[in-house]
Amino acid sequence: MISLQKIKNILAQQKPEEVERLAREANQITQHYFGRAISLYAPVYISNYCSSHCTYCGFHVHNRIDRMKLTPDQMHKEMSHIAGSGIENILILTGESYKATPLAYLKEAVEIAKQYFSSISLEVHPMEEAEYRELFEAGVDGIAIYQETYHRQRYAQVHLSGKKKDYDYRRSAPERIARAGIRQISMGILLGLADDVGEDLYELFEHLRWMEKNFPGVEYSLSFPRLRPIKGLGFEPCSVTDLTLIKVICLTRICFPRVGINLSTRENAQLRNRALDLGITKISAASKTSVGGYTAENPEELDPQFDIQDERSVDEIVQMLKHRKFDPVFTDWRRIENESAA
Amino acid sequence: MAIQTETQDSPLTIAGKTFHNRFLLGTGKFRSKTELTESITASGAQIVTVALRRIDLERHEENIIEHIPKGVTLLVNTSGARNAKEALRIARLAKASGCGNWIKIEVINDSKYLLPDNYGTIKATEMLVAEGFIVMPYMYPDLYVARELVKAGAATVMPLGSLIGSHQGLKAKEFIKILINEIDVPIVVDAGIGRPSQAAEAMEMGADAVLVNTAVAAAGNPAQIAQAFSLATAAGRLAYLSKLPAIKSHANSSSPLTGFLFEE
Repeated sequence: MISLQKIKNILAQQKPEEVERLAREANQITQHYFGRAISLYAPVYISNYCSSHCTYCGFHVHNRIDRMKLTPDQMHKEMSHIAGSGIENILILTGESYKATPLAYLKEAVEIAKQYFSSISLEVHPMEEAEYRELFEAGVDGIAIYQETYHRQRYAQVHLSGKKKDYDYRRSAPERIARAGIRQISMGILLGLADDVGEDLYELFEHLRWMEKNFPGVEYSLSFPRLRPIKGLGFEPCSVTDLTLIKVICLTRICFPRVGINLSTRENAQLRNRALDLGITKISAASKTSVGGYTAENPEELDPQFDIQDERSVDEIVQMLKHRKFDPVFTDWRRIENESAA
Repeated sequence: MAIQTETQDSPLTIAGKTFHNRFLLGTGKFRSKTELTESITASGAQIVTVALRRIDLERHEENIIEHIPKGVTLLVNTSGARNAKEALRIARLAKASGCGNWIKIEVINDSKYLLPDNYGTIKATEMLVAEGFIVMPYMYPDLYVARELVKAGAATVMPLGSLIGSHQGLKAKEFIKILINEIDVPIVVDAGIGRPSQAAEAMEMGADAVLVNTAVAAAGNPAQIAQAFSLATAAGRLAYLSKLPAIKSHANSSSPLTGFLFEE
């Protein structure tokens, strides 16, 4: 494993030629292990109810936004719209409300998603192993759960109330997910929360390394969303520059050659295009981050979780990929009936 | 195209079907579907592997099957299967999707090294053979496992040369030789072959065929290297049939130990 000091040294590195060297190494490893394949996915937000108070998030319990969750009919409408654009991998998201979006509601969403998509992932509140197993058996292939920051003190400062305040329950979620048999787990940190990106990255790497050793059959991927300022929250994110983000991506690729790296539309088109060469393996396309955002008559009246920086359509993303000699991959998994190991 | 050789070689026979080209090509990681088609054509490969997870049944233009020339035998692999039951479900799905019943079993429960789980592979072979599939299992070269696979009805045994995608060549050479000596179904060396010379080496020592993917897909000119692999495979086969004299580590005078017996 790479040392904390080495991570810090690389993140502190400002010399263009050294950064280029890092990028070349990451580029070569990516090409070797993934070729030119880039998987595509889209998020669908089905609820913005949340019972936690996270100071940096637009969905937090005390933020005055219009709360809504999709009915089955509305889910059909949103999902068929997304499927119509060609997307076959769906990421279903909610706020973290155990009451508004209980397991039964999530399973209902999964049943509907199965009619439209070949692979289904969830990004929802952490839960118990038995609940994850129910989701696996219902047809869920992947779960995304981000620790946000591994720095306990900082974690306590920004997660003020609700279940998400429980650091350890969240930290141990990937283990419960793996035990439940889920085949893909996405982990990550929210860049901009902790002052020291290096420490957070090191802790994430240690966590992933532990997961790999204990649950080698899982396909892992990492995400590095950058915090965006949100109106009315009075939360000042730490600045994480493009240079730092790129170095984080390169370092991850070098330390974990086979692990997937996701990049969402939080980042702008230019940065996303560039990052493809350095280790990104999965990107979202034409995303909406508000509940019902794909088919709403007046989408500007909805409250997004964060603002999209890359508005390109699925077709435009595909054209860009082909133009740059990447192979757009719509389906990287074909759902089989999931059955828990005895 | 691969050169035609004037030899008495019998064709490669798998499950009663005969093949004259002993180079098998994997279809993952190509930059474009066009480069894939060109590589199949240039190499003359008659069997290509495709991961079911990558077959885009819904999208005509992106569907990899549409880019495989007619007459080429499709070998669907069970990439993503972590145990025998998942391999069986993937195989059934492949058959139901019109991809035929030739299955390369991959049971892998390690996403870092991608080493095959031999135990799960034996179980999967038993289950798939029982359902009438033509089964070609990818395995770690272990004699006992190879015997069990044959007993379970495997049409070939496919030992890895080294870690998949590593280009390390025949790290497992000595163990593959044992399989070649002892196992009667065709031995197809799969994984780790990164150079045409390594493909030739596998064939020289008596493998029945080789399968290559990454080394072709990631090359600057995939079609050209695919052809080179195919030629090297044929050359290695020709050398094997020629009964090469063994390599000696020292010079060999004619009869230093017993020559005196015949001195006049």
